[in-house]
Amino acid sequence: MRAFQILIDGFAISALYALGATGFTLIFGVSGVLNLSHGAIMVAAAVAAWAAASILGVGTYAGALIGVGVALLTAFLTYFAVVKPIQDSRRIPNEEKEIFVLTGTLLWGIMIQELIAYFFTNNAKTVLPIVEGVVEILGVRTPKNEIFTAIVCCLVIGLLWLLVNRTRTGKAVLAASMNPRGVTLLGLELTNIYIVVWAIYGILAGIAGVLLGMFLGVSSYSVGPLTASAFSIVVLGGLGSVSGSLIAAFVVGYLETLTAYLVSPAYRTIPALLLLVFVMYIRPQGLLGRR
Amino acid sequence: MNKALSGALRSAFGAAAAGVVLAASGAAFAADPIKIGVIAEAQAIAGASIPQAAQLAADEINAAGGVDGRKIEIIGYDNHSSSADSVRAFQRAVNEDKVNIVIASYISEVVLALEPWASRLKTPFVTPGAASNEISKSVHADYEKNKYTFHGYLTSAALALSVCDGAKDLLVDKMHMKTAVIMSEDAAWTKPLDVGYEECLPKIGLKVLDHIRFSPDTTDFTPIFNKIEGAKPDVIITGISHVGVQPTVQWKNQQVPIPMFGISSQATNETFGKDTNQAAEGVLYQGVSGPGVAVTPKSVPFAENFRKKFGNYPSYAGYTAYDEVYYIADAVKRAGSTDADKLVDALEKTDWEGTIGRVQFYGKDDPFTHSIKYGKGLITGLMLQWQDGKQSAVWPKEVAKIDIKFPSFIKLSN
Repeated sequence: MRAFQILIDGFAISALYALGATGFTLIFGVSGVLNLSHGAIMVAAAVAAWAAASILGVGTYAGALIGVGVALLTAFLTYFAVVKPIQDSRRIPNEEKEIFVLTGTLLWGIMIQELIAYFFTNNAKTVLPIVEGVVEILGVRTPKNEIFTAIVCCLVIGLLWLLVNRTRTGKAVLAASMNPRGVTLLGLELTNIYIVVWAIYGILAGIAGVLLGMFLGVSSYSVGPLTASAFSIVVLGGLGSVSGSLIAAFVVGYLETLTAYLVSPAYRTIPALLLLVFVMYIRPQGLLGRR
Repeated sequence: MNKALSGALRSAFGAAAAGVVLAASGAAFAADPIKIGVIAEAQAIAGASIPQAAQLAADEINAAGGVDGRKIEIIGYDNHSSSADSVRAFQRAVNEDKVNIVIASYISEVVLALEPWASRLKTPFVTPGAASNEISKSVHADYEKNKYTFHGYLTSAALALSVCDGAKDLLVDKMHMKTAVIMSEDAAWTKPLDVGYEECLPKIGLKVLDHIRFSPDTTDFTPIFNKIEGAKPDVIITGISHVGVQPTVQWKNQQVPIPMFGISSQATNETFGKDTNQAAEGVLYQGVSGPGVAVTPKSVPFAENFRKKFGNYPSYAGYTAYDEVYYIADAVKRAGSTDADKLVDALEKTDWEGTIGRVQFYGKDDPFTHSIKYGKGLITGLMLQWQDGKQSAVWPKEVAKIDIKFPSFIKLSN
């Protein structure tokens, strides 16, 4: 009974982590950008979905769409207002650009966080679930919303896989992550590929944010922890490796769930962080890292 | 201030400078205002009502002529729920803005951080919403040093008593409940609260089956509710303030079949309904006052005026903050001065009927020196329930408007 409970809850939370981390790792893989405003973009999506549904009263579906739209916009804004100017700048030496991007996105994330707190308070918001009610699975009373979350996460990740492996645009993205110079030599505009990647990222982060808002709820305080969790999953899986991130998301998700159920909810995140430290010692490139 | 100069400044520096000039010239003519610094969690559900309610009280007092001709001026500081920010705000309030007294925070950690500063800067300080026993215990332990701090809200010990008193009538006598699990967040204010719960729940006939303390950072409450359900209690007794929206929404989404009863600070604010998409339905929480509850003749008019002005009914800390501005004004009037020590003496003699009941402070010899007195005829607190999207009193029967009603997923065992 308890084993099933852990299996089911762990799956939903892991799938959500996976979705959140996939976009994060994709951007790093393709453009070498570590986007520290990741958590802020997810929270912006969830809060926008909440505000649209609860304050403007547009309904659950429209609210969710608006949430994803806001994340897409914020992602583009992050790229065009923060990341691209740093990358294009002639005054910043190339070897320092990564640090500038890290700092820039971190500050950008804090700005988004403070704006959300200013306009919508720092209290947790929960997005009204698209499906309500509960069902019994193997004797475990499971909210339908939890199943919905898991299904949507798996579907979106599946679609992403199809996009990357089966379409021309996707193949260009994949190629850019392997050898950017080679891609430009083939006559593809690297900036266009970046825009595609940021669009994919925005949609993924938006869906993850809205689902998180429905499943657990978010507040402006969640910005830091969400960025940190995506960061540690991605580092654990191997920076830039999408499949590594997926595996790492499930490892972290289940490790946290096991700890919460079998030890104490208060120590939930500790074993996963210890694992991260341990992996850094014996395999610094992460589980499936190439670098 | 010379008009020509004022005009020159206006054209040179624009509207901002003009404001300063007007303010400076205004201050020079009127009697010195009584300055109250209000340091609060302006962005938090429970704290947001504090500066609003204080301003409302000040506006009312000023409209009625002020205190002996002196206006009350509220100077607000947002502390972002941080102790460090609060200490900086306190120093600034006293040293730069020259406030006479400070009203601050609903978070015990913040208040405990400010208490030594009230002593160092010899500035009276009242909290409208923190609960930790330690606040007033320190006043008792070192009266001469800490006498500047006043605890304008119930101690955790009194809160536990209030919840137990309500639980005895509502849950034990009426619904024949026998068992409970305590669920509280890990924070300074819940330590004495949990001690109080552990002591008084068995006395009223509720056996404590388990006691779960969780980190205020918790986002997924599934394992916690799962563990509670495993113990099969009749009721969950809550001690939550930093969290509120998330456990409440997950309680509803997961359809945890056990009612929640106890302290849930965020549930005291009307905005909680929207923040939880009405998942609050059925939640029972302790309050010192509430919408439509005539604890005293002042309670309802205040709540309605507050709503008219700010769009929602206040949180519990709104009621206390409103009362505080009034009894501070009363103390200034009786002391005939804003001198810190005289003000402390006058505040100690407070006997004020506010929106939450009759406010008096425990004296030097009581263990909870400078905390407001709990008891019949003073402040007893009440139990309210979220029903049909509204907060309504269910206990004590003198103010109760409705009977307890639970959403359909709650399965009462008796």
